[in-house]
Amino acid sequence: MVTLENVSKTYGQRIALEPVTLEIVSGRTTALIGPSGCGKSTLLRMIVGLVQPDMGCVRIDGEALDSNNVERLRHSIGYVIQDGGLFPHLTAGQNVALLARHLRSSEDRVQQRLRDLAALVSIPSDALTRYPQQLSGGQRQRVGLMRALMMDPPLLLLDEPLGALDPVTRYELQEELKAIFQKLGKTVVIVTHDMGEAAYFADEIIMMREGRIVQRGSLADLTDRPAEPYVVQFMRAQRVPMKDAQT
Amino acid sequence: MIRVLLLCLVCSVCHAQNVNVGSKRFTESYILGEILTQTIQRTGEAAATHQQGLGNTAIVFSALKSGSIDLYPDYTGTIAFELLGFRTAPDLVTLRRALAAHGLGIGIPLGFSNTYALAMSERRARELGITRISDVARHADLRLGVSQEFLNRKDGWPAVSRAYALPQAPRGLDHGLAYEALAAGQVDAIDVYSTDAKIVRYGVRVLEDDRRFFPPYDAVVLYRLDFPTRYPRSWAAMQALTGAISVSRMAGMNAQAEIDGQRFSEVARTFLAAPGADAAKSDPQARSSRSFVSVLFGPDLARLTLEHLALVVASLIPAIVVGIPLGIWAARSRRAAPVIMGLVGVLQTVPALALLAFLITLMGRIGPAPAIVALFFYALLPIVRNTASGIADLPAHLQESARALGLPAYARLRRIELPLASRSILAGIKTSAVIGVGTATIAAFIGAGGFGERIVSGLAVNDTLMLLGGAVPAAVLALAVQWGFDGMERCLVPAGLRLGSRNVLRDSAE
Repeated sequence: MVTLENVSKTYGQRIALEPVTLEIVSGRTTALIGPSGCGKSTLLRMIVGLVQPDMGCVRIDGEALDSNNVERLRHSIGYVIQDGGLFPHLTAGQNVALLARHLRSSEDRVQQRLRDLAALVSIPSDALTRYPQQLSGGQRQRVGLMRALMMDPPLLLLDEPLGALDPVTRYELQEELKAIFQKLGKTVVIVTHDMGEAAYFADEIIMMREGRIVQRGSLADLTDRPAEPYVVQFMRAQRVPMKDAQT
Repeated sequence: MIRVLLLCLVCSVCHAQNVNVGSKRFTESYILGEILTQTIQRTGEAAATHQQGLGNTAIVFSALKSGSIDLYPDYTGTIAFELLGFRTAPDLVTLRRALAAHGLGIGIPLGFSNTYALAMSERRARELGITRISDVARHADLRLGVSQEFLNRKDGWPAVSRAYALPQAPRGLDHGLAYEALAAGQVDAIDVYSTDAKIVRYGVRVLEDDRRFFPPYDAVVLYRLDFPTRYPRSWAAMQALTGAISVSRMAGMNAQAEIDGQRFSEVARTFLAAPGADAAKSDPQARSSRSFVSVLFGPDLARLTLEHLALVVASLIPAIVVGIPLGIWAARSRRAAPVIMGLVGVLQTVPALALLAFLITLMGRIGPAPAIVALFFYALLPIVRNTASGIADLPAHLQESARALGLPAYARLRRIELPLASRSILAGIKTSAVIGVGTATIAAFIGAGGFGERIVSGLAVNDTLMLLGGAVPAAVLALAVQWGFDGMERCLVPAGLRLGSRNVLRDSAE
């Protein structure tokens, strides 16, 4: 589905990403984890073309991403950021339907899709008539997810999607998100710095540090067969009980 | 509506067979311009319009060269020094030759010179028997008060005291207070312009420049060379004005306009009815009887308001049409941004009168057209800057969200960036409009109308009521424009951006 071939990125003197080669497995959930500034967000944003690699190439379904096809390829990618990234001048519903309406989908289909997605993310339909400022943080995140899913893309990218939420809302949304991922069977890449969250969602965890991949594998691989001392250190730094995550 | 207004404005400066007489913005020039206009009108040869109060010398000269006006009154000294760049006063033949190169002629010396002069109170001068400047040298105890400018100009006091061997050491004195100081006996002699209105009012004796020290500023008519052949009867009638106006007659007419508040056209009509008569007795009651309200709501208020609005609207709309795309370009292109912002910034710094003089020469006309172009240039900066910053300062996560959706650039601009920047863009347009209302007052310098007409003529004749009669409605209009835009914000800025904190996290939808 997504292949990164030897991609790297520097900002001035700072190396954001050392040359990385990576294949994201279709139909499964992959978590990118690591401390702030480790390059996990850069990697994710490279997949959706928001960051251009200095070298190397990103392929989506075998097609190399470039400036000519990036807009078309983005239509097959759902992208969710912290706090939803909703446009404040549009209502929640208008935010969700923005691209569909721009691509001239019929209004019937748009309305049908809005109802289905509202049911999927369990948001009351009257919330869709409100502006982002008038919604709670959790509702904004649900609307953000609806917007990403509107065109039914096979690939879903989430950049710290729950980072701005309070713990209770976060806990609820984690469960709902996992259920949604399972139900839809999409390829999901989620960026988080929370090992509990990564383990809860993901089939495969990719741990990064200072612009390079330290280890990739299941939670068991990371706990039982750490690739280097840093992995042990990182796992130890998580206060969330691991037992929860393993169920 | 706007189109009709514009049409009227444009038409008002392009009459076909019409003589346009110009004048500069001070009382004497207004009166002489009016005398010339009425003289031409009386021949019935052509319609004559008085384009009065055209800014400074550079503007009126540009207007003459471009053919926007056919003739105007000026002074030989001004023509030689300011317009032609002579260092010393040339004779009339030299002047005539220099002007012919510009397609212009000089003629009809009106009979008086308006130059620096020394003056004393009539009573004191009679006591001491002083009539000429050389007499002053014999009275070393005379107290002289002269304006700072005259005191320090190389061709002022230092030169005149040398030429006449004057022993006195004068004090610097503000020109506005000089006549009062003379009347109160605080000083014995002051410097004046030889046709000052106050010479008549205060009964002042102008001393004869018996050694011909001051360069001649003889009043003459400056005209386009084709004028005498195009309007032979008018030209012949104007010849009768040669030598017709004495210094005291001119000072008297200035007093009628400035001190008595008579209309320039009235002063000119009185003169032409009896050119040989002495200056009519002034009636100091005339002006003081006016109230501010009567000046403010004078019959020209509606016309001036419409002209003023038309100037602002006609310059603001193109500035919006050009400014917003320029702002978008500046926000998008790191290379173009400094060039665009630099250019519109520099335009803003060009002094208004210099810009107007340049535009008159370039466009070959006076009136609303160059004024609108100048106002357009001044309106650009706030619009371009606010558009550029409104777009460039959008939160990065929103710009990225729009790109990540897969919206093409034009759709991002139309659906996301412009609506989100609308408040900033509108604020820029509002700034331009309010500044435009203020700046449009300078349009009167080039005969483009608006409230500036009152300000300009008020300034020219020292008429504070008239000045306020233009400044107050201009300020009121600026406020009205401000409020109008505040109201418009409610329609143009998307509802989602206008939510107060009170509406945030409401539980129920409306």
